[in-house]
Amino acid sequence: MRRELLTIAIAMLLAVLAGSLLIWFVGKSPLEVYGLLLSRTWGTSNGFGEVLFKSTPLILTGLAVAVAFKVGLFNIGAEGQLAAGSFVTGLCGAALPASLPGPVAVVLCVLAGMLAGAAVGGLAGVLKVRYGAHEVINTIMLNFVVSAVTLWAGNAYFFVKYTVHTAAISSNAVLSPLGFTGSKANTSLLLAIALAGAVWYFFNRTRRGFEWRAVGHNPRAAENAGVRLGGVVIGAMAISGALAGAVGTNYVLGYKQYFERGMGTGTGVMGIAVALLGRNHPAGIVAAALLFGTLSHGSLVVAEEVPKETFQILQAVIILAVACGSVYLGRRARARGAHV
Amino acid sequence: MIDFLINLLSLSFVTQVLRITMPYALAAMGGVLSERSGVVNIALEGILLMGAFGAAVGAYDTDGNIFVAVCYGVAAGVATSALYAVAVVSFHADQIVAGVAINMLAYGGTAYLLKVFYNSSSNSPQIQGFGGRLFTNWVFWLALALVVVVQIIVTRTRWGLRMRSVGDNPDAAHTLGVSVNRLRWQAVLAAGALAGLGGAWLALSGSGFVAEMSAGRGYIALAAVIMGSWRPVWACAASLLFGFAEALEVNLQMFSTGIPNELIQAFPYVLTMITVAGFIGRSRAPVHLGRPFSAH
Repeated sequence: MRRELLTIAIAMLLAVLAGSLLIWFVGKSPLEVYGLLLSRTWGTSNGFGEVLFKSTPLILTGLAVAVAFKVGLFNIGAEGQLAAGSFVTGLCGAALPASLPGPVAVVLCVLAGMLAGAAVGGLAGVLKVRYGAHEVINTIMLNFVVSAVTLWAGNAYFFVKYTVHTAAISSNAVLSPLGFTGSKANTSLLLAIALAGAVWYFFNRTRRGFEWRAVGHNPRAAENAGVRLGGVVIGAMAISGALAGAVGTNYVLGYKQYFERGMGTGTGVMGIAVALLGRNHPAGIVAAALLFGTLSHGSLVVAEEVPKETFQILQAVIILAVACGSVYLGRRARARGAHV
Repeated sequence: MIDFLINLLSLSFVTQVLRITMPYALAAMGGVLSERSGVVNIALEGILLMGAFGAAVGAYDTDGNIFVAVCYGVAAGVATSALYAVAVVSFHADQIVAGVAINMLAYGGTAYLLKVFYNSSSNSPQIQGFGGRLFTNWVFWLALALVVVVQIIVTRTRWGLRMRSVGDNPDAAHTLGVSVNRLRWQAVLAAGALAGLGGAWLALSGSGFVAEMSAGRGYIALAAVIMGSWRPVWACAASLLFGFAEALEVNLQMFSTGIPNELIQAFPYVLTMITVAGFIGRSRAPVHLGRPFSAH
């Protein structure tokens, strides 16, 4: 534990240093920019709310990547899964009758999105189990495929004319804001935290969760102990996809009230960073999501000072440094004969 | 429909296929070298992007000197690769996590530099590359020669044999006095040079650097490596198939075929999934692919 914290501390330090160089390179004062970033995010009520809004999807994609990780799988497709989920959440919200009670409508929309995400993630799982095709290649390819399919379906059937967004969802499915002086933070944050709790409970308190962890540590031993590897792989990819598919809750039900193409782009990839920094532990993931949410909103509030990509670089540095400092992830399971 | 088929037989279509294939083939050659030595390389995507940016900067600075531009592109690729090698070979970082980080760094880094150098968030200033020229273009012949060279190096040289041994059985190689991590370093750097050249091709065959212009090509190149069962010439053939698919996609969009354009765009990616699912069972990966090595 101490070593892990040390790794993370060094990684953050390196990132801050790299960021300072980049800020200094464009002729600004690093201290001033970092100060501004902090005061405009955690320093104001609205800023803090926006951080929460940005962190919500990161908790979900972080959990998605972590669940796959725990069983020794790599889900790089959270991006596509969340796009599919958001799209379906949007369609479901628009299709529901206005007479439905609010909670029912919300639950239906969320479940529809999660199912869509699970379908995309599960497909990568099936391809791996059935054909030995590596999930890394397939989840990446599915990102492109989902993007193309939603664009086609949207243009052909669902998008409002001359736009790339769907019709507005019915008003009973809209989530209420959390306040914070008009920020976009909404109750989907509670869903994300509840799901983090559920993931923790599953892995630490249930028999099946124990089996899944066993597969992550040593697939062959788990198989000998009677665990069906194929089922675990497909199940984990589907659950992983479902968690990513819940991201639409934040953007569609909590903010835009329709699905728009490109919504949430980048949060899928950032989920990898969140899971890595959060050590695949739900509490760690929530903390890491807050950090990356801060950077993400922070890059916008100081955009007049430095290019917002500075903070994307900073995130990459954090991942690289954490990856270098930890060989723990190296024991990822190598399931039968499949390679990148 | 007949028009469409005739179009496929034309020289311009063949040229187009080859032009699109180049970055795939070069990155795939790099992928073969890196993966044969035991290092998974999804960082190819970021290396292509950095190579493209480097080449655009080189061409812009010298008013279209192709040689300098190519050198810049290769240098950018090698530099990016070096960072990757530090992480995965020296520090034993997980290769996929580090690869994702490198790609993120390349996407963020090129966007940052675009702003700093050219005050733009989308593209570099127009440069004078070689455009669509192919058979009168030395870079094309160089790339073609490199495919042959990589094939010979991998299958016919001592270095190639050692590299393969390092990927298949690093412990045995180590026992025989081969420095496993040094060889992996060399292989990863060579991969960076090849993919950097591929990136340079992207920028120079167009009119400069466009943000995120690698657009998943590094990943597709990796799929080509798998399809080619980690053999250079076959990986090159697989790249040709992807080049063909993409050229076909462009042409299908111009002719009305009844298939929606949005779905045609997904064609290369679906093809990748199908081929990876179909081929993987029959192709044999380097045994120690993805595992860091440390001597005890």
